[in-house]
Amino acid sequence: MAPNSATLDIQLTSPRRQRVMGVVFLLFAAAIWLLFSRNVPSGQTTTFVMTPGGFQSSFPDWKLPSLATLNILAFASAFLGAFQLVRARGFGRRTNQALALVVGFFIFGFLVWAAAGKSMNLAGLLNGTLSKAVPLTLGALSGVLCERAGVVNIAIEGMMLSGAMMGTIVGSLTHNLWLGLLGAVLTGMLLSWVHAVLSIKYKINQIVSGTVINIFSTGITSYISAKFLQEYQELNNPGIFPPWEIPLLSKIPFIGHIVFANNMFVYAMFIFLIVIHVALFYTRWGLRLRSVGEHPKAADTLGINVFKTRYMAVLLGGMMAGFAGGYFTLGSVGRFDEVMTAGRGFISLAAMIFGNWMPFGAFGAGLLFGFADSLASKSAILGVQIPSQFMLMAPYVATMIVLAGVVGRGQMPAADGTPYEKESV
Amino acid sequence: MDNKDNSKQTSKVNSAGKIFLQELFGGQKGRKGESRRASRALLIPALAILSGLIAGGIIIILTTEEVYTAGSILGSLAAAGRAVGEAYLALFTGSIGDPVRIVTALQSGDGLAIRRAFNPFFESLVAATPYIFAGLAVALGFRTGLFNIGAEGQIFVGAIFAAFVGYSVKGLPAIIHIPLALLAGALGGAIWGFIPGWLKAKTGGHEVINTIMLNYIAFRLSDWLLTGPMKRPDSFNPISPTIEKSAMLPRFFENPIRFHLGFFIALFVAWLVYWFLFKTKWGFDLRTVGANPHAARYAGMNIVTSTVLAMSLSGALAGLAGTNEVLGLNHNLAMAFSSGYGFDSIALALLGKSHPLGVVLAALLFGTLRNGATRMQLTAGIPIDIIAVLQAMILAFIAAPAIIRTIYRLRQPEEEEEGVTVRGWGG
Repeated sequence: MAPNSATLDIQLTSPRRQRVMGVVFLLFAAAIWLLFSRNVPSGQTTTFVMTPGGFQSSFPDWKLPSLATLNILAFASAFLGAFQLVRARGFGRRTNQALALVVGFFIFGFLVWAAAGKSMNLAGLLNGTLSKAVPLTLGALSGVLCERAGVVNIAIEGMMLSGAMMGTIVGSLTHNLWLGLLGAVLTGMLLSWVHAVLSIKYKINQIVSGTVINIFSTGITSYISAKFLQEYQELNNPGIFPPWEIPLLSKIPFIGHIVFANNMFVYAMFIFLIVIHVALFYTRWGLRLRSVGEHPKAADTLGINVFKTRYMAVLLGGMMAGFAGGYFTLGSVGRFDEVMTAGRGFISLAAMIFGNWMPFGAFGAGLLFGFADSLASKSAILGVQIPSQFMLMAPYVATMIVLAGVVGRGQMPAADGTPYEKESV
Repeated sequence: MDNKDNSKQTSKVNSAGKIFLQELFGGQKGRKGESRRASRALLIPALAILSGLIAGGIIIILTTEEVYTAGSILGSLAAAGRAVGEAYLALFTGSIGDPVRIVTALQSGDGLAIRRAFNPFFESLVAATPYIFAGLAVALGFRTGLFNIGAEGQIFVGAIFAAFVGYSVKGLPAIIHIPLALLAGALGGAIWGFIPGWLKAKTGGHEVINTIMLNYIAFRLSDWLLTGPMKRPDSFNPISPTIEKSAMLPRFFENPIRFHLGFFIALFVAWLVYWFLFKTKWGFDLRTVGANPHAARYAGMNIVTSTVLAMSLSGALAGLAGTNEVLGLNHNLAMAFSSGYGFDSIALALLGKSHPLGVVLAALLFGTLRNGATRMQLTAGIPIDIIAVLQAMILAFIAAPAIIRTIYRLRQPEEEEEGVTVRGWGG
């Protein structure tokens, strides 16, 4: 059923798809014009504040004439659509970039429209995006590590939740955030060990095994929370990692305050992104890990221990998910609440797929999803008519569209989800 | 009128029971092998449940403060025994009933006292009803090789549809209104199942991811509906208007017993699913696609149709679970009313070996546990969430019988055990 890469190319540049994409671009252009341009009285300006709240303004506000900007965006989208339709083969292999551009225009148009005649803190929005992307990206990295080695991990949610709780308890008991974080990481590892034993050793369906961990985690964290954490508040008060302003870098205008004045988790995310990307794609270790996920039999023939490699990948993935869980309690809220991850583990899974099983792809998807989340909370303040629930739905809908192959089929590890059976001699 | 109908339905189910059992235990007609086979088929689930209860007991002991503060080892052991005993006694009396109380109530002859004494048992049946529907939904998916992890979302959408028909359609007699609301709920769930089924068949997008995404879309959707278009006009809370009297499923007893027609509808639907899967050509196609899609394709079966059909039906069943809660129990739609039925039903379908009869039995067990746990929380101070831990344990043991065999030193069976046939992301 899955097409090979040759047919994939044909599909992606097929004339029909090119035409459809051209129409989609035109529809976006029409949407910008009808929904946004026509609802903005001329003469209004949109003001974007370029410094997040709580900082001294270091960068002038960005003032845009609302109507003119929207018309330009609509016109640019329409031009791209016309180009795509008129020119033979349109943008060809660059169609997806053009699509990204048009979607970007649409989102920017939305912001200009929503803040017409008002001012919106763009820097604050982006800062919120980044911090909301952190747990999603870390969770997606957990998924990348596991699935690149061929083990599906839908238990990210459960590992995060347990990690979050254990981080709180250990952090509160020891009065040390780092030890709390260690507790979170080790909890994630313990659960992933269960996942590994069930799915690698006992070869049970990996989705079932993940479901076991999710149900178990939800149960045990709520149980402990109800029995102890609500009664003994001193167990549930670890404090949070303070923001660190990085010298020099945090002085960069605009970007400095958004990126380099956050707490440890943001920097850790960037470090993990780079380390995992390099390790997976530029080291022998990573090549072996990926070979186990693509073709375990071939890897086994070459002397790679498939089981050991998978165990290692799953344990590392669990540690990453536990770390992501630590973000919720030690990095953002400062206490544990029942089911506080609220499905973000599953969004991480979506981000991983959206990002095509690549660390930086997952980060991009995490940013996109974080943006939707951040925007939903902002638009309520601005009094936008669109219900915030629909903005919160956008990431899920987008994932389904991506999964349906509209933007090209993802290149998932070939042996993802299949237990490895060593042939007896 | 209702009572007569129900007795007819139950007798039907009973007569089909024998065939159920044969199917469940491998469908072999041999007289000698049958009982051995039957006992072995039940052994692993029984041991899994037992192990789950033991694991739950260990967690209860580990989280009881008196165990640590008792001072002596004997004192700790006594405290541990007391804690577990108290918890499981509460679980039992809360789900089946307190024998002493039943006897005294019967002697007193007071109607209300009798109803109160028997209430725990009926409450367990009430709690089991949505489990039956949701378990059937997941089981039907498994039989077709599809993993419907989205029962939760389908339950929501089914409940939304049923609640809407329940309160907005007015002036119908119950005999028309109830079936209409049930159909609406099934339709809502079916739509939510059709989408991932169609996407799977047409684009290969894996149903696990798509159903998870649809779960969250359904949550947001109901969130929006209940704070906006479907909000009760005079209420500050996100809750829908109460459904019309004519749409409420009839209850069989007076207060406080909430036992309602939904339970028998669930049994009837279980029989329908059994008949569909094992006695019709469509069902045969579905099972073949589930067991071996390549063979099914060579045999000329339409995999696209089968996948879409299976997911739609599965969604419809899950939708009925939500419908049942709205029409039979809550009589309105509130936020987060489902509380995990969708995920529990995965454990339940596996425990019941994806067979309708097995699902009904497993649902009765889960309903009993869930109901008893409410009591356990009240009297023994054990948070109800321990049930999720129990269910996770049972699921793990069921899915990996090898663990059970290692613990209890059972012999390896000669024939292959039926596993779950769900393929990886690739489809």
